[in-house]
Amino acid sequence: MPTLNLVQAVNDALRVEMRRNPDVVVMGEDVGKFGGVFRATAGLYEEFGPERVIDTPLAESGIIGTAIGMAMYGLRPVPEIQFSDFIFPAFDQIVNELAKLRYRSGGQYAAPVVIRTPYGGGIKGGHYHSQSPEALFIHTAGLKVVSPSNPYDAKGLLLAAMRQDDPVLFFEPKRIYRAARGEVPEGDYTVELGRAKVVREGDDVTVIAWGAMLHEAERAVEQAAEKGISCELIDLRTLWPLDIDCITESARKTGRVVVVHEAARTCGLGAEICALIQERCFVHLEAPIKRVTGWDTPFPYTLENEYLPRAPRILMGIDEVAAFEA
Amino acid sequence: MARRGIRNPFEVHLRERYGAPAMPPTQATPTKDQLLTMYRKMYLVRRFEERAGQQYGLRKIAGFCHLYIGQEAVAVGAVEAARPDDYMIAAYREHGHALARGADAGMVMAELFGRDAGYCKGKGGSMHIIDLEHYFYGGYGIVGGQIPLATGMGWKSKYCNEDRVTLCFFGEAAANQGSFHESLNMASKWKLPVIYICENNRYGMGTAIDRVAAVPEIARRASAYAMRGEQMDGMDVLAVYEAMTDAIDYARKGKGPVLMEALTYRFRGHSMADPATYRQRAEVEEEMKRDPILKLREYLVKKKIAKEEDLTAIDEEVKKEVDEAVAFADASPEPALEEIWRDILVEEGEEDVKPRERVLGKKVESWPETPPPDLKVTWEVEPRQPAKKAG
Repeated sequence: MPTLNLVQAVNDALRVEMRRNPDVVVMGEDVGKFGGVFRATAGLYEEFGPERVIDTPLAESGIIGTAIGMAMYGLRPVPEIQFSDFIFPAFDQIVNELAKLRYRSGGQYAAPVVIRTPYGGGIKGGHYHSQSPEALFIHTAGLKVVSPSNPYDAKGLLLAAMRQDDPVLFFEPKRIYRAARGEVPEGDYTVELGRAKVVREGDDVTVIAWGAMLHEAERAVEQAAEKGISCELIDLRTLWPLDIDCITESARKTGRVVVVHEAARTCGLGAEICALIQERCFVHLEAPIKRVTGWDTPFPYTLENEYLPRAPRILMGIDEVAAFEA
Repeated sequence: MARRGIRNPFEVHLRERYGAPAMPPTQATPTKDQLLTMYRKMYLVRRFEERAGQQYGLRKIAGFCHLYIGQEAVAVGAVEAARPDDYMIAAYREHGHALARGADAGMVMAELFGRDAGYCKGKGGSMHIIDLEHYFYGGYGIVGGQIPLATGMGWKSKYCNEDRVTLCFFGEAAANQGSFHESLNMASKWKLPVIYICENNRYGMGTAIDRVAAVPEIARRASAYAMRGEQMDGMDVLAVYEAMTDAIDYARKGKGPVLMEALTYRFRGHSMADPATYRQRAEVEEEMKRDPILKLREYLVKKKIAKEEDLTAIDEEVKKEVDEAVAFADASPEPALEEIWRDILVEEGEEDVKPRERVLGKKVESWPETPPPDLKVTWEVEPRQPAKKAG
């Protein structure tokens, strides 16, 4: 089985699906001849031609709007927004048009658009090349939101996303595009949307993370184990619809939960997860649920590593939750 | 804003063109049947909207309701010039577009009433009618929001080598949105078969277009995208029919998109909530003399295409049809409570809902589908190589 990095796995998924289904087209800024700013679409233009790997103008609203029109009956466009920070010019199209089409048409049609976008900090990108806007889309009914943490999931989740009929926001953690490496099967397989994965089993504290922060959490969990704290680590993989059964099962077992994400804290997905857990597992909880997240600030440049919830800060959160006594 | 000298549109058609490249007019002439169909559809839209206004007054229609009265010639002329399987998409003043396309009047009225028998189960309302059976992809409540969607639909036609065109309707105020610029640039670069139809009724809600647009003649903007742009008299259904026939022919032949600007006027306020005090009474009265329905009626009688009593008989049929539409909407229940949670995401094995099948139990024959793409044609999407210098 070949070893790929995350961006190669994305590239492989696109190639597999484009070979299989002529309705799939890739579009975006620099995705064609240039091969994508992170090389996610490298080689696709050469194999599939300009009709299926479309170099668009720099116009995010137009790209997404056009993709919606393509998808409204039958095509499966996979637009790339070069950085998730650039998604806001298209926010209107995604929230007001894409997310609502099935509902407002009374079920007449759906628009299966899969929007791929690199997200998150860790590359010294500053304010406009580092943000994690996933919660804004989870707050909008009618969208699915996915974020893989490793190459295997990236390929399998992307293939699954391109084969179902709802619009999907596919957030790719660009910080680990090359750092995350792993075995990826050749050819075809899918990872079901809506299923979290227990990466490591444990009894004392549940740690929930996704994307690039999964790896920070993994380091923290290992260090906690050395101190004798047994953590259960969950990789959400699909952020919406949330695998609430997986979360509650673990929360009931440990009674202590830490949620990690790099997006700002207030109204982040962590807040929603906390609320859902306390609604469902109140009597099982033995400590307040801890959020270890980015700060409520614009994404900083120099102080990036202080902003991100890296392993030491996650470990502090685990310690705090594990030590809590009512 | 001046009417740019259009006074007798049945004799003098405004054929001003902007940008590249012009085509000789085809002088399309509709048949007698088509003329009568146009008359019938225009009066159906008029009567439907009058009754919708009444029903709004009776509080059977809630929220916002934008009437198309005065602009009927644009939707009807354009629809008659197009093929029934051409795609169509419009803004929020779209009852007329749906009806012109052949949507069931009762189901449109039921949607306005927010009832279960509406096209979208009463989930959309006045601004959001969608009838895929007639390839009508909806009204859209965000100004300019539908323009890029039309670009994508045009892209699909080209990708699948269909010979369909997409008609995209929007108002003049939407032409100031970024989506307009982004869409026309892409459509022209990729030579997509889309006709962008700007219905210039001169007011974006309460603001006259020339107060907020540096270039209020929207068709002139086509030249910025190297595409064909043209004005047409939107108060004259024959002018619209003729100009749209040319434009559709041009787009269907793969020559690229067209920006059409219909000079029109709404006789009512922006919405039912708007008393339209920003317009002079004299201006409205002057425009109402150019009522597109009366104009066509006079033309039909004068040219001996129909007698007064034939047209009056059509009027009576239409009135009955609209009365029945109101009764149909009245009789429909509100959507069931569980509908609030339905149709958000696609459920496993769920099929697309076909509204007339769902409501009326009629077999729906036509439904958009994606033909397998035929990619033999290579698009001219790459910039041309610069010519080599001699020597």
